[in-house]
Amino acid sequence: MNYFPDEVLEHVFDFITSHKDRNSVSLVCKSWYKIERYSRQRVFIGNCYSISPERLIARFPGLKSLTLKGKPHFADFNLVPHDWGGFVYPWIEALAKSRIGLEELRLKRMVVSDESLELLSKSFVNFKSLVLVSCEGFTTDGLAAIAANCRFLRELDLQENEVDDHRGHWLSCFPESCTSLISLNFACLRGEVNLGALERLVSRSPNLKSLRLNRAVPLDTLQKLLMRAPQLVDLGIGSYVHDPFSEAYNKLKIAIQRCKSIRSLSGFLEVALHCMSAIYPICGNLTFLNLSYAPGLHGNKLMKLIQHCRKLQRLWILDCIGDKGLGVVALTCKELQELRVFPSDPFEAGNAAVTEEGLVLVSAGCPKLNSLLYFCQQMTNAALITVAKNCPNFIRFRLCILDPIKPDPVTNQPLDEGFGAIVQSCKGLKRLSLSGLLTDQVFLYIGMYAEQLEMLSIAFAADSDKGMLYVLNGCKKLRKLEIRDCPFGDAALLEDVGKYETMRSLWMSSCEVTLGGCKSVAEKMPSLNVEIIDESEQMEFNLDDKQKVDKMYLYRTLVGHRKDAPEYVWIL
Amino acid sequence: MAFEKDLNLDATELRLGLPGSSDESAKNQTPATLRSNNKRALPEESMSSNATASKNCDQETAPLPKAQVVGWPPIRSYRKNNLQPKKSEGEISGIYVKVSMDGAPYLRKIDLKVFKGYPELLKALEEMFKFKAGEYSEREGYNGSEFVPTYEDKDGDWMLAGDVPWEMFTNSCKKLKIMKGSEARGLGCV
Repeated sequence: MNYFPDEVLEHVFDFITSHKDRNSVSLVCKSWYKIERYSRQRVFIGNCYSISPERLIARFPGLKSLTLKGKPHFADFNLVPHDWGGFVYPWIEALAKSRIGLEELRLKRMVVSDESLELLSKSFVNFKSLVLVSCEGFTTDGLAAIAANCRFLRELDLQENEVDDHRGHWLSCFPESCTSLISLNFACLRGEVNLGALERLVSRSPNLKSLRLNRAVPLDTLQKLLMRAPQLVDLGIGSYVHDPFSEAYNKLKIAIQRCKSIRSLSGFLEVALHCMSAIYPICGNLTFLNLSYAPGLHGNKLMKLIQHCRKLQRLWILDCIGDKGLGVVALTCKELQELRVFPSDPFEAGNAAVTEEGLVLVSAGCPKLNSLLYFCQQMTNAALITVAKNCPNFIRFRLCILDPIKPDPVTNQPLDEGFGAIVQSCKGLKRLSLSGLLTDQVFLYIGMYAEQLEMLSIAFAADSDKGMLYVLNGCKKLRKLEIRDCPFGDAALLEDVGKYETMRSLWMSSCEVTLGGCKSVAEKMPSLNVEIIDESEQMEFNLDDKQKVDKMYLYRTLVGHRKDAPEYVWIL
Repeated sequence: MAFEKDLNLDATELRLGLPGSSDESAKNQTPATLRSNNKRALPEESMSSNATASKNCDQETAPLPKAQVVGWPPIRSYRKNNLQPKKSEGEISGIYVKVSMDGAPYLRKIDLKVFKGYPELLKALEEMFKFKAGEYSEREGYNGSEFVPTYEDKDGDWMLAGDVPWEMFTNSCKKLKIMKGSEARGLGCV
C-alpha cells in the first residue's frame, strides 16, 4: 500500500482536515494509522465518557486542540440532574501531566471548576484558545487565572455559561504584555467589569476581531471601544440605552461608521428603541444578526433595522417579530440560510407571535434556507408541505410548537404528512426535531426517507413501539436519538441492540422501557454504558424488573463504567 | 391572512394529563399512549388553577405560568433565565432613591431616571437641600465646598457620586447622602 515515504503521506494528510475523513484515513491500514496519529493535531470527542484522557494522550501525542462534550443534550432543558457528570478536571489533569502542548480547548455542557481553569492556565505554555459553551461550575476567579497566566491567549469565548460572577477584576488580570487577543466574548457574565481595564485591553489588542460585551458595559464605553477597534468583524453590544440627543450618542454614530468590517452583530441586552438608527450604516454588510436576547426590540423599529440587512445569512430573533416581521425578512434577506425564532414568552402560549404563516413566507422568499429552529404557536400540514417544496435544502429542521401535542388547527389532523413532506424533499437532512400531534406514521416516513439523518429529537409523539422501530431500522446514519414522553417500550428498545454501538447515544425519558429491558441491553452489549437516572428513592427500595424507568441514557464507550457517577445514577 | 384569534384555552393548555384525554377532537387514543404513572414532579402544579384567570388580567408582575411540563418548551435554561421581560416604551418605571443630608429634619426621594447626567442631578439636589456642591474633578473629587454628594452602591459601599458613568451609577445607586465637611474628608473634599 505504501509507495511513498511517510513524510509524503503526512504532507498529504495535512490537507485532510475534517474529523470524519481523518478517522477514515486511520482505518485504511496499520501504517496509515500510525502516520495519521502522529500528525493529528485536532481531536473531537462528542461524549467525554466514550474514551479516557490517557488513551487520547497515548494515541495522539501531537494533540494541540481538543473539543469535548459532556452532558446529554436534554440537560439543556433541566432533564438531567445537576451533578450528573461531565467534569473536565480529570482531562486537564491528565493532559497537564503529559507532554501534550495543548493550545486550544473547546468544551460544551461540561462542569468546569475554577481549579481546572487555574491548572489549565498554568500547564500549557502555548495555550491560545478557550471556548466554553453551556458550561457551569466556574467563577470569575477562574477567568482571572486564565487572563493572568496564558501569555499568548488569542481567544476567550464564553457562550451561555452559568458563571458565578464575583465581580472581581478578572479583566484587569490580563497583563500589559498581553497583546495577542483576537476574540473576547464575555456577554454571559452578569457582573460589572472594570471599564478602564477593558478599554486599555482593547487598545493594546490590534488583532482583536471579535468582541462581545455584557450588559454592564454602557453605551459610552462602547463608543470608546469602537474608536479603538475599528477593525472588528464581530460585535456583541451590551447595554444600548442612551439619550439620542446626547454627545455620547453622536460620538457613537461616528465610531460605528468607522467600523466597516463588522459582519456579525449580537447582544443589545438592554436596548432603547430610539437609538437604533446609529446601527443602520453597518447593517448592509451584516451576515449574522442575533437579536434573540433583545425583547425590547420589536415593532416598526425592528422591521426598519431588518430592512437594512440585505446580505444577512443567519438571523436569530425573538417571536415578537411576528408573522408580519418574518414577511419583511422574506422580502429583504435573500441570502438567508439559517433562521432561529425563539419564544419571547415561553409559557404564555397564547401570546406567541409566530405561526405557520411566517414560516411559509420565509420559505418562499429565501430559497437558500437550510437551517431552521422555529418556536411557534401552531403549524399546519399544508404549510409544511409548502415549505418542503420551497426549500429542499434543509440540513437542520427543528420545529417546536409550544403546545407539544397540538394538531393541525385547520384540519385537526396530526402533522405526520407535513413532516413526511420535509423528510422526503430534503434529501440532505441531518438533524430533525419534531413536535405537535404525531402518530407512528411520521416515523414510517422518517425511516423511509431520512437517509442522511444523524440526530432526531422526539417528544410526546407516536402510538406504539412501531414508531421507534421504523426509525432504528430505517435511519442508517443515525448517531443521536433522544426521546421523551413517548409510548416506546422494551420491544422497541431490544429489537436491535447492536444498532446502539453504531450511534453515539440514546436518551429515553418518561417512556415505557422497564428496568428489565435496560438490564437486558447492558447484558448483551458490554460496549455500552446503560445509565438509569432516578432521583426518587424508588431504585433503592424497589428493584423490580417490571418497573418503568424514568430516565435512561445509554452510550457507546471504550472504557467501561465511569467512576464519577452520583448516587442516583445506576450504571447497569 | 388573519389567523384564528379565538383563544381556545382547552386545546392549547399545557397539561400534565394524557395526550388527547378530555380533548374533544377526533383522534382516539389507543391504550398504548396512556401512561399509567407519570412520575414527573410539577413544581407549578398548584398554580394551574390560576392559569385561566391569569390569561385575562393585565399584570404588572410576572404572569403566573400555566401548568408546566418539565423541560418544555425546550429552551436552554440560560436563555430562560436571562431573557428580560420586554417593557413597552414609556412604561419603564422610575428609579426612586432616598436622599438624606446631615442636619436635615427628614429625607427626600428623587427619581434618577428623570436626569440625563450628573450636572442635572447635582443641580436638583442643590435646590432641594439648599447647598452648593463645588467643582468635580476625577482627581480631587468635589472642590470648593463643604458638601459632597455620596451614594451607597449595591455592595453596600459609600461612594463619591460622579466617578462612574451615569448609567452605571443609576443601576447601582441604592441611596444618596449629602455628606458634610469633616465626615467627607476621606472622599477627596478639600
